[in-house]
Amino acid sequence: MNTFKRLKSFYWPHKGRFLLSIGALLLVTVITVIYPLVLKLTIDEVIGKGKYEWVPWIAGSFLLLMTLKAIAVFFHQYNGDLFGIRSVYELRNALYKKLEALPFRFYDNAKTGDLMSRLTADVEAFRFFLSFGCAQLINFLLLLTLGLGIMVALNLKLAMVTLLAMPFLAVTVYRFDQKVHPAFKNIRRSFAELTTKVQENISGIQTVKAMAREDFEIGQFNRRNEQYKQTNVETGYIWGTYFPLMEWIGNIAVVALLGYGGWLVLRGELLLGELVAFFSLIWYIIGPLMFLGFTINTYSQSKAAGERLLEILDEPVEIRSRPNAIVKERLKGDVRFCHVSHRYPGKEEWAIRDVDFDVPAGKVIGLIGATGAGKTTITQLISRFYEATEGEVLIDGRKVQEYNLRSLRQNIGVVFQESFLFSSTIRDNIAYGNAEASMDEIREAARRAQAHDFIESFPRGYETMLGERGLGLSGGQKQRIAIARALVINPAILILDDSTSAVDMETEQKIQAAFREVMKGRTTFIIAHRISSVKEADEILVLDRGRVTERGTHEELLQLKGFYRRIYDIQFRDRNRVPIS
Amino acid sequence: MSRSNTRERFSYPGEMVIDKPFNWSLMARLLTYVKPYSKKLLPLALAAMIVSTGARLFAPFMVSLAIDHALVDRDVPRLLLFAGVLITLYLLNWIGNMLRTRWMQVLGQSVIYDLREHLFRHIQRLSHRFFDQRSAGSILVRITNDVNSLQELLTNGIINVFMDIILLAGIIIMLTVLSPSLTAAILIILPVMFLISVKLRRRIRRSWQKVRLKQSVLNSHLNESIQGMRVTQSYTQEEENMDFFSRLNRDNFNAWNEAARKSATFRPLVELAGAIGTVILIVYGASLYQTGEISIGVFVAFAYYMGNFWEPISRLGQVYNQLLMAMASTERIFEFLDEKPSVPERAGAEPVKKICGHVELENVVFSYDGERKALKGICLEFLPGQKVALVGHTGSGKTSIVNLICRFYDPTEGWVKIDGRDLRDLKLDDLRSQVSIVLQETFIFSGTIRENIRFGRPGATDEEVEAAAQAVGADDFIRRLPQGYDTEVEERGNILSTGERQLLSFARTLLADPRIIILDEATASIDTETELRIQEAMQILLAGRTAILIAHRLSTIRDADKIVVLREGHIIEEGNHEQLMAERGEYFNLVAAQFRVLGAG
Repeated sequence: MNTFKRLKSFYWPHKGRFLLSIGALLLVTVITVIYPLVLKLTIDEVIGKGKYEWVPWIAGSFLLLMTLKAIAVFFHQYNGDLFGIRSVYELRNALYKKLEALPFRFYDNAKTGDLMSRLTADVEAFRFFLSFGCAQLINFLLLLTLGLGIMVALNLKLAMVTLLAMPFLAVTVYRFDQKVHPAFKNIRRSFAELTTKVQENISGIQTVKAMAREDFEIGQFNRRNEQYKQTNVETGYIWGTYFPLMEWIGNIAVVALLGYGGWLVLRGELLLGELVAFFSLIWYIIGPLMFLGFTINTYSQSKAAGERLLEILDEPVEIRSRPNAIVKERLKGDVRFCHVSHRYPGKEEWAIRDVDFDVPAGKVIGLIGATGAGKTTITQLISRFYEATEGEVLIDGRKVQEYNLRSLRQNIGVVFQESFLFSSTIRDNIAYGNAEASMDEIREAARRAQAHDFIESFPRGYETMLGERGLGLSGGQKQRIAIARALVINPAILILDDSTSAVDMETEQKIQAAFREVMKGRTTFIIAHRISSVKEADEILVLDRGRVTERGTHEELLQLKGFYRRIYDIQFRDRNRVPIS
Repeated sequence: MSRSNTRERFSYPGEMVIDKPFNWSLMARLLTYVKPYSKKLLPLALAAMIVSTGARLFAPFMVSLAIDHALVDRDVPRLLLFAGVLITLYLLNWIGNMLRTRWMQVLGQSVIYDLREHLFRHIQRLSHRFFDQRSAGSILVRITNDVNSLQELLTNGIINVFMDIILLAGIIIMLTVLSPSLTAAILIILPVMFLISVKLRRRIRRSWQKVRLKQSVLNSHLNESIQGMRVTQSYTQEEENMDFFSRLNRDNFNAWNEAARKSATFRPLVELAGAIGTVILIVYGASLYQTGEISIGVFVAFAYYMGNFWEPISRLGQVYNQLLMAMASTERIFEFLDEKPSVPERAGAEPVKKICGHVELENVVFSYDGERKALKGICLEFLPGQKVALVGHTGSGKTSIVNLICRFYDPTEGWVKIDGRDLRDLKLDDLRSQVSIVLQETFIFSGTIRENIRFGRPGATDEEVEAAAQAVGADDFIRRLPQGYDTEVEERGNILSTGERQLLSFARTLLADPRIIILDEATASIDTETELRIQEAMQILLAGRTAILIAHRLSTIRDADKIVVLREGHIIEEGNHEQLMAERGEYFNLVAAQFRVLGAG
């Protein structure tokens, strides 16, 4: 119940809808159990005693009652639904807002698939219980008490005989639930396996075809296909065994009713109409009982779902603007690292260790080193995507923590290693960080990123849609758009994280030529594997396992004859072997 | 739609699940999948259905007889007799129901299995184009969801149609036998019920489709924002995105609200229709009893049967709706099945033993779409064991040549021959198992490292897998992983770096032991140490095989035995590095351009 208590703020404000729905449900149930009594009245009084003058009254009031019931049914269902969807509307907004605020640390360990299943399936499970499951439980209790009450009132002995069937039914329902829920879980699991297989096959179809492994793949697919079929058939068997059985138990109760009730009628202890009323009443109890397991299950599922949602909502947001943080329209771009060490949460080894440098505004810094040497970590500390474990990161002489987060990041243009673009036009993608950018500014940024020409070559130019069913771009094209996106915000600090890896060398050279101009007045960090990308930097830091092992200009580093020199020799050895001129 | 004023930040195409008009030929084609089961399973299930439905029809009649002949006539032995008959009827109903559900489940699931298998098998044979033109998601949806949406129709839908028609007809016949005039009076509600079941339900379904559409847009955006969260936070677009999401969420809420309101009218209307029936029964039935036209048992039987009217009508309406929705899925499934594989295998294709790897292209002209030519008359020879580099800009025809040699496509004119035999005369699988492509990006299947290498040759032993890894120098890093060769990896997981993936793919290819290797060299930057390892591994991988290289690195190109320079579907230069440099043509310019990039140093 704790889960529901903690999620209360989402659904309780709409309690009016819920109460209205439940009130209407009460009316519905009362009228439902009256129906058999109308039958009884007709049979016993009108037909049995010949009071035909009652007919119009009975018919009239019955019609009135049923109209009332129809209205109540509408109110019950509509308000119940609304209660659920209104609550998850708020819940979704809250979840989204939270996701926007959660730091990189959270996304490093989160899987998109898992988050999506929480945001979709779990939210839905929660809604279902609010809209439906809860009312269903109440409905069952109401029908049980009212139905039983009337049965007992009509004839205690007959009620007892009918109830004899209930323990058998209850046991069957219980056993059914024991079996059917694992079976459903099996279906979901084997369907997930099937989907994963197909998804992987399609994504890797190039590899499959390249290796002529289609038959192998078909074999693997069919194993899962077969398994999915089997779990479905097994589940179908469980349904096919238990549901007819439950129905049969109910029917046996009806026969017992006819036998014993009939005997009571013969002995004059029961009226015929009362017996007929019993025939209807008994199903009011058996019907919901058959589905009781499912109803209870909606509760436990929504509880589990609610817990998973709370996990997201309770996740700490450790990186946020402090109160009275400095808001600065424009930073100069001095970046200083004072003995900075960083260790990612949950990791043993240091990502960077005792990194110390001072970059005056406008300078260009090259970062080079093997994968995992800590290059990206350094740049991510500048944007305060993480906070340094030890030491201080200063911008314009102040700690990054002192700045308002938004104003800090608005001054830093990052081009990530993987260029992620949104489902939107090329133009909107470039203007992503600066919605006010004019078309001229957008074009200018694209030109500098060497993206203008290929964009213009598309039939719809800057209005070309990207994304799922939009145009597919090559890796190099995506990177160039991502660079343009960074340029459009006119940042004081520009971070290029291996951002020209997928463009060919010729284009890279053009981009760099354009950059020389762009970098003027901005502090720039370039992460690269190619010496050619960093060699013109004002200072190059060579990183090895988190430590700065060499630093200096290109010329200085070549003289050192260390790691940098080695890489240089490898990358440039072709040059010495190919004479051109 | 005027997008200029109401410009949205993002746009997601939603797939509208519209229902299609009923189409007999489509349905007939779908039913061919049921045919294999029409000899045994289907008749059995139908028989079980008839038994249970019959029993169900007669039960209320028995109750009515019991009332009239045992209760009214005060006859206890007869009461017991009727109770006995009733028990037997219910027993038959139970057994019939049980068997019908089981058999239909087996039937329906088997048909689904067959259909899915057929679809998947077919798709495996389709061309690269097919996959290039569609997103992975849209193909996935056909194989999973579209096929699944037929599940309900095939397991229960078909048999329910028969059952409900029998039930409905049975009830009407029973009632008519009991009292024709009362039946006539009550049947007035039948058309009303049908109308509600079909028309109203359709309107409700449409509004739910709208909800689903809104929801799929909402989910697309959620998915994208999670994946792009780092960009969003870096460009401080959190609030703007929040606004966008709120709007989507609001749209979704409104659509849902409307659908909920429409849905909520359904049950009340149905119950009202039923209530009118009951009123007719009370008023007219009582007066008929008064005139002695019906007995009290008949009155009770009517009350009983009327309670059973709604169920079959409701289900028939549901099946009808299911059918319309299934039309859309069926159409989409058959659309894929009607796609022709790009290269059909000839009937008398010859099996291929181990080839030498002598490849010839003779006057090859090739066009993907029948209009623009990708290759315009290529003559080219690859000798066994030779390393040939294909050089040229994007669109020059490098990939087309590779596609033809693997026989992913057939040439429009001319011949492609291996060891002197036309590719079209050879068995496709035999050919492809001896021609391997090493792609730029290595695809990692979820599973262990060992399984990923073994993908090259599923029959390989553990020793062979490890030997292959060792040969290409991948053994070191694999052993350093937490579980060595048994470490679980997955496509999106970042356990392996780009370079390591490449080595893994080399091991995979080495294990497959092809005669011809086509290597599409990676352009992505890999750290220099790893790159050295890759170059060493390449030597080992290519040794003794015919190699066709789509190369980007100068060192790879320079070491090739032959360099072929392509431009717009023509071969413009051919020779080794020294020869071509001496010619000072296109190749010389390409090389010079690369060095300008490296610049003076």
